[in-house]
Amino acid sequence: MIKNQPVMRFTCPMPQTDFDTITIGHGSGGKLTRQLLESMVFPLLNNEWLAGQGDGAVLELRGKMAFSTDSFVVSPVFFPGGNIGDLAINGTVNDLAMCGAEPDYISLSFILEEGLPITEFWEILLSIRNACDAAGVRVITGDTKVVERGKGDKIFINTTGIGRVHPGAKLGEAMVRPGDKVIVSGPLARHGIAIMSIRKGLEFETQILSDTRPLHDICRLLLYTYGAGIRMFRDPTRGGVATVLHEIADKARLGIDLDEKNIPVEEQVAGACEMLGLDPMYVANEGLFIAIVDGGLAGDILTELHRWPNGGQAAILGTVTENHPGMVVLNSAIGGRRVLPLITGEQLPRIC
Amino acid sequence: MKHLTEYRDADLVENLLHQLKKVTTKPWNIMEVCGGQTHGLVKHGILEMLPEGITMIHGPGCPVCVTPVSHIDQAIELALEKDVILCSYGDMLRVPGSRMSLLQARAKGADIRIMYSPLEAVHIARENPDRQVVFFAVGFETTAPANALSVVQAEKAGLKNYAILSAHVLVPPAIEAIMLDKETRVHGFLAAGHVCTVMGLSEYYPLVATYKIPVVVTGFEPVDLLEGILMVVKQLEKGEHRLENQYKRVVWPDGNKQAVALIHSVFENRDREWRGIGSIPMSGLFLRDEYRDYDAQFRFGPATATAVEQVECLSGDVMKGKIKPVECPHFGTTCTPEHPVGAPMVSSEGACAAYYNFSSQHRMQELK
Repeated sequence: MIKNQPVMRFTCPMPQTDFDTITIGHGSGGKLTRQLLESMVFPLLNNEWLAGQGDGAVLELRGKMAFSTDSFVVSPVFFPGGNIGDLAINGTVNDLAMCGAEPDYISLSFILEEGLPITEFWEILLSIRNACDAAGVRVITGDTKVVERGKGDKIFINTTGIGRVHPGAKLGEAMVRPGDKVIVSGPLARHGIAIMSIRKGLEFETQILSDTRPLHDICRLLLYTYGAGIRMFRDPTRGGVATVLHEIADKARLGIDLDEKNIPVEEQVAGACEMLGLDPMYVANEGLFIAIVDGGLAGDILTELHRWPNGGQAAILGTVTENHPGMVVLNSAIGGRRVLPLITGEQLPRIC
Repeated sequence: MKHLTEYRDADLVENLLHQLKKVTTKPWNIMEVCGGQTHGLVKHGILEMLPEGITMIHGPGCPVCVTPVSHIDQAIELALEKDVILCSYGDMLRVPGSRMSLLQARAKGADIRIMYSPLEAVHIARENPDRQVVFFAVGFETTAPANALSVVQAEKAGLKNYAILSAHVLVPPAIEAIMLDKETRVHGFLAAGHVCTVMGLSEYYPLVATYKIPVVVTGFEPVDLLEGILMVVKQLEKGEHRLENQYKRVVWPDGNKQAVALIHSVFENRDREWRGIGSIPMSGLFLRDEYRDYDAQFRFGPATATAVEQVECLSGDVMKGKIKPVECPHFGTTCTPEHPVGAPMVSSEGACAAYYNFSSQHRMQELK
């Protein structure tokens, strides 16, 4: 079962505009820019900071904060299960969540390509609004630039977020101990395969949807309940689970032993990976996290995750070990043992 | 997953290993010809599970690894200097040519696109009538039918802007070349299952008879591979040499007759240069004269610069089974997937890359 959509979704008919595509003038800072913002952006995202329309937002912050930025250039812009809009909000929300933080404020910068249909821009804005609502985060500052046709790819988005760090969060590779368990919050590789399937025009019996979703709620719950039992979080986006585990093993100067038979991959996704010659361990995810947790608490944490609506397939992937520091070793499903390598660049599909 | 999990069954694997241990009384060297099989053996950790005495030798069946440098240089030249849209299978992109790889050429502005099928390239040719489109037709008998079909389709559609750069190679002449090599240590072969799905079994009977060597047509999953190895060892232990088919669920004795007919109507066999190995008689597929207009070599002329293979690379010795990847002095030192000296370090089907990435013997040794 694939659950991905927020229960409540804000919908709104597109406002009347004098233009049907983005033109260079929309990035001029002049009248057209203002029209674009006032007719489309502000009505959807409005709050006291945006209403001020100053050069920036003034905030009063107290305590330990997390701060993170990310740029989104996904192609195609619309994909099964989401679009670049919710991806851009969820991406930064999740980066904050991985730091143990509650996302509060976010900045939103667009680089639009001349010729982007306004209807598409509106759909992306609606997704942004819905993702902000779902994550409880407010867009408090932003920017819009337009580049000539051919100099961009419809739309690029940068988001930067600030969030309060949970008082019980003591996260990082330095906290990882031998005997800790590696937990994954759900099935692997959905986002990457959803994107590949449309790029390659592949059709499956049921559509594979991207897993883009906010993760701050579940991370907060785990931190609240298990405190220092949670050693660290990471979201395995580009490079997938294997790449993140490599980084953890490397920085913690410890080894990781994985059991291949515990790795959750949905049948459709596994089939697509076989066909495309890709290893799901290296394929991107957008709504997944890896938690390294106290070995003694791993069972309870897994039960907790199974109660989360998106965590039905959460699993314990393996164990942190003093043996083979810096290396991730996989016990294959048939009882073999091999090193899980760090790949050089993008995964290239095999010939046969 | 159906048709997959049952061939990755731990109990079946254990049972096969047990049988293998029981029947093996002498050391045997078995070559898996196909790079896909090498990948499977290493990825599932099978090499470490085999009984002592069974040595797998990783053959030349990695199409990326044996494509001559001159072809890669030519593909790059077409894309960089002749404004051609060059279409290629993915794992060809990182293989070093004499000056650069296709991936590096793409970064320099060449229009190089990754395809899963040459028919996508025909589509691109149709959509871009003012551009020349070349498909880099690499591979063994498995990819040959689709590549042949692309030429037939282009002809039917009257496309004047589609051509293929054929670097096709064939398995049986390679097996023959290995057997003719006086230093060969191979006692038996696992033949490539999917090649035989296309071609059938008939080409392998003369090899078995002439060289008195067991050949077992084998699949790619752990259970397939172990069963294939067991079948070879059983023959060897009894002093027999027969052609057997382990991969019966996919390989029919006659192969795919339509596909074979298509290959023969478009291609003909000629001597072909193999990277790292040298020329093997009648081991390549070249476009027939009737289809000369679709041959990139004919349309654009031969490559201007003739490339020289880096002599340090011992890929030939690795692919002939004379040395293990780890026995090459460059392995893991001057030659890594990031800075490959030769092609087998690039493709995931290349023996060196498989060893470097997953293995096993050189890295797991440190773990023990």
